[in-house]
Amino acid sequence: MDKHSLLVRLFYNDRGGSLLLGLLGVAIVLVPLLNLVVPEGSALHLSTYTVTLLGKYLTYALLALALDLVWGYCGILSLGHGAFFALGGYAMGMYLMRQIGERGVYGNADLPDFMVFLNWQELPWYWLGFDMFWFAMLMVVLVPGILAFVFGWLAFRSRVTGVYLSIMTQALTFALMLAFFRNEMGFGGNNGLTDFKDILGFDLQSDATRAGLFVASALALALGYLLCRYIVDSKFGRVVVAIRDAESRARFIGYRVERFKLGVFVISAVLAGIAGALYVPQVGIINPGEFSPLNSIEMVIWVAVGGRGTLYGAVMGALIVNYGKTYLTGALPEVWLFALGALFVLVTLFLPRGIVGLLNRKRAEA
Amino acid sequence: MKNLDHLRKVMRRDQVWEFMLPKATRHQLDTHKGPILYLEDVSVSFDGFKALNNLNLYINDGELRCIIGANGAGKTTMMDVITGKTRPDSGTVFYGQTIDLLRLSEPEIAELGIGRKFQKPTVFEFHSVFNNLELAMYMDKSLWPTLMARLSAEQRDRIDEVLQIVGLSEQRNQRAGSLSHGQKQWLEIGMLLMQSPRLLLVDEPVAGMTAQETERTAELLTSLAGSHSVVVVEHDMEFVRSIASTVTVLHEGSVLAEGSMAEVQSNPRVIEVYLGE
Repeated sequence: MDKHSLLVRLFYNDRGGSLLLGLLGVAIVLVPLLNLVVPEGSALHLSTYTVTLLGKYLTYALLALALDLVWGYCGILSLGHGAFFALGGYAMGMYLMRQIGERGVYGNADLPDFMVFLNWQELPWYWLGFDMFWFAMLMVVLVPGILAFVFGWLAFRSRVTGVYLSIMTQALTFALMLAFFRNEMGFGGNNGLTDFKDILGFDLQSDATRAGLFVASALALALGYLLCRYIVDSKFGRVVVAIRDAESRARFIGYRVERFKLGVFVISAVLAGIAGALYVPQVGIINPGEFSPLNSIEMVIWVAVGGRGTLYGAVMGALIVNYGKTYLTGALPEVWLFALGALFVLVTLFLPRGIVGLLNRKRAEA
Repeated sequence: MKNLDHLRKVMRRDQVWEFMLPKATRHQLDTHKGPILYLEDVSVSFDGFKALNNLNLYINDGELRCIIGANGAGKTTMMDVITGKTRPDSGTVFYGQTIDLLRLSEPEIAELGIGRKFQKPTVFEFHSVFNNLELAMYMDKSLWPTLMARLSAEQRDRIDEVLQIVGLSEQRNQRAGSLSHGQKQWLEIGMLLMQSPRLLLVDEPVAGMTAQETERTAELLTSLAGSHSVVVVEHDMEFVRSIASTVTVLHEGSVLAEGSMAEVQSNPRVIEVYLGE
């Protein structure tokens, strides 16, 4: 068994995961096809709006996956994962801003519009390099990763756990939100970064680019899933679960608990950053609101609704809750937040293991 | 003056600085003088309460030692000090002749071959019995090797062997959380064995066990002595009598008496404070 490749083991043991990857594979082929090839009048045609919406959901799903890795498996309830998502998004946004070039309102080739507006004369040093795609992508990975490393190193080494750690992560994202709201920070302040034109030379408004971004999001989700599945199925994953359930036991049999926590936290933050980077070109804006603590709490609800500690449950939860959100904010905009609150209360009371737990119970009964 | 003393300590000419010392490994364990563990003048206080008060204790290599004492006598605190969980206010703790345990963290101490069983059985409830033993196995426990780890045939055999020893072969694929209390105690002892320790610290191993299980535990612990050093903290006097060669009585954080069970029981001070009025 051990000799088998990851994929064989995956399909053998993980039905939910195989189903998820299968559906993603179908979506990668079908969605661009229905959008680009099927003519607009046809009943089967998928509008570009829908494609973009689906792509956005997939980036949320990747974010939920990242959160499930730290929360469901390592027991670290991070209420600040929105921060890593937003930082990845800002890194991508900075690249897209630089791509605008002379097409901005002020026609300044070097400075983004908001800097011209603030009478800045030259590009701040931390914007340098973001005109190169590879550099921006590197930052998408490095910035959330390094922040998670420093934060986690301090927190886990001091053995901060449980609710105190959650509060700290909440404070982290709140502090970043306040910082990014300031115009002096050089990230567009209140308005954030927007008015993007193209990515790698492809027009962001075109259907083909939108479909391409959808495919990229689906691929990222699939690869992210495989990575997380590999991690949790390895001995490393078993150590992480052991730490969740009996931290001191793990320590006394010789595992350096803080390093394992740090490792998982950093991997999760990087995945969240990648999700953010894919999110920004699809929604066309990134602003400090993404750092808001409320966002990070919402992510926890996605994972809880789907069922934590299963990976595919987190993906499912993110898709279901966000579909519900899109529907409800359109149909009943006033009650959306109440519905979200009620959902969390009901899930906590009646579905402690989420939808996945419910399905498993049904299957066990049948 | 204080600063000067501190400076002198830092600039000692007979020693290199601490950070320049190579990391202690289990091969450096030097027990040729007899004892494997030295606790000298160890004091620990919590908010003014002296949990350990100038405790002096030596454990010989290969010895089976029982430690008894009323609640609050400092038994668990002593184990915390040895395993690196609690740092004493004063005193020294050496593992063999050369290894200073007070400089090391819990995982480092575990890696050197000191295994600890908690008072309340603590196993990884979500994992199978087999995986519990796998996780405890002595090997490189840093991040990357753990991520890439694959069980070798020898390692599998070793796990099977320990499953036999602790009598859990039939439960190997069962979740540890579904075991009975006594079985969890056994599993935890099995996890200790997987670490290939030299020194085992066992806190109340027979709490909640049936008479039969207690007897088997006594057999197991006595069979481990010799190749391992075993320190058992226990309340059950019957059990202590059945296994112990040497008994140490702790009282208010220091050693009250030490000797064979018969000697200890006839010691008037022990009778006074521990066995009754």
